[in-house]
Amino acid sequence: MFDYNFHWRPVLKSLPDLLEAGLLTLQVATLSMVVGIVIGLVLALVRMHMRGPLYWLATSWVELARNTPALFQLFFFGFGLGAFGLHLSPFAIVLCGLSFNCAGYLAENFRGGFQAVPDTQLRAARSLGMSSWQAYTRIIIPQVFRIVYHPLTNQLVWAVLMSSLGMLVGFRELSGETQFFASRTFRIFEYFAVTAVIYYVIVKFILAASRLLAMRLFRY
Amino acid sequence: MNETISFFSGFNVNDFWFMGEAALRTLWISALSISIGAVLGGLFGWLLHEGKLTATLTLAPVLDIFRSVPLIIQLVLFYNFAPIVGLDLDPFGSGVVILTIYTAALVANVARGGIEAVGKPMRRAARSLGMSYWQDMRYVVLPIGGRAVFPAWVGVALGVMKDSALVSVLGYVELLKASQILITRTQEPFLILSIAGAFYFALSFPVSRYAAKLEQRWAQ
Repeated sequence: MFDYNFHWRPVLKSLPDLLEAGLLTLQVATLSMVVGIVIGLVLALVRMHMRGPLYWLATSWVELARNTPALFQLFFFGFGLGAFGLHLSPFAIVLCGLSFNCAGYLAENFRGGFQAVPDTQLRAARSLGMSSWQAYTRIIIPQVFRIVYHPLTNQLVWAVLMSSLGMLVGFRELSGETQFFASRTFRIFEYFAVTAVIYYVIVKFILAASRLLAMRLFRY
Repeated sequence: MNETISFFSGFNVNDFWFMGEAALRTLWISALSISIGAVLGGLFGWLLHEGKLTATLTLAPVLDIFRSVPLIIQLVLFYNFAPIVGLDLDPFGSGVVILTIYTAALVANVARGGIEAVGKPMRRAARSLGMSYWQDMRYVVLPIGGRAVFPAWVGVALGVMKDSALVSVLGYVELLKASQILITRTQEPFLILSIAGAFYFALSFPVSRYAAKLEQRWAQ
């Protein structure tokens, strides 16, 4: 029944490459989070304060991002845009797809965060003579940040996990690199087992770092 | 005689049916794994709540692995691991197994949250009214805790439905794989991806809307 010989040597040999690809995964996930946070913030504010076409644009963005698979979104940026002669590089495909997805999910988190901060806070800040911009950046945003900090961390973890889909659009991040090596040596199980461990470590690292950061940030 | 032979043929009505069938397969694989996974997850959640130390040392880390490794890696790993131990699984079987465990890992946390959402005093009151442990579980914890975490559960279920797109990696022809096949034949990526997206959206959006409505109603 158990007549399979495990060969770990080729995996160990390409471990440096895999780790480097892991860094690329972390990079693309972080980058897409940054873009996602900016767009998500805009989407949330538009959905709360505006009416008309802008509102519908933001709403459809959020609903599309939340109600279709991430892989579908990647394919759309990959092949769908190709129909218009727009050919993105694999890196750009993954970055756009992840940012689109993250922005949609984060917009809802931000909206929840903004709604959790009472209106009176803004009014109190304004009546102390702060401008609208000051009131937002100094009073509202810090409180919202505290509320959405945990969801943000989760979203970063999701972004790392989702970036593994890059494998299917030819992006050589951790999964893509693994796929590349695995198909060269046919040691599929061994390669993907090691990759799973690397992903696990990355995720645990992010969670630990965010916990440490939270202790530093939210001391009061 | 200078007719060119076209390798590609346009999108027609039959293709639409083909995609509809594929959407049904998506629905089938996700319904199967969500229902088994939810039951398993409920059981795990209960174990995590009751068997405090033992469960945190044994069950929790295992479930944690399934949450911290990308689903696509899990699928590829399992699909290549099953033959090693002598299991003969087709892509559908492997997909169901992994999606089920993945759902269970996510639902376990939700279920534990639900059990813990019911206050200790309420449960003591139930017990002191003469209810047995299981009666307390059935008539007090389930209705109250279930309500508290129902939206989260729907979120998990929809997430798994969308993630079932990844089973296409193993070669199971569900919605996304079907659209890939059609794209290769018709060379109309934008149209076909839009249709696939519309199918996913139609599966997911009404459910998420309904859950949000229920949540609002219960919050009052």
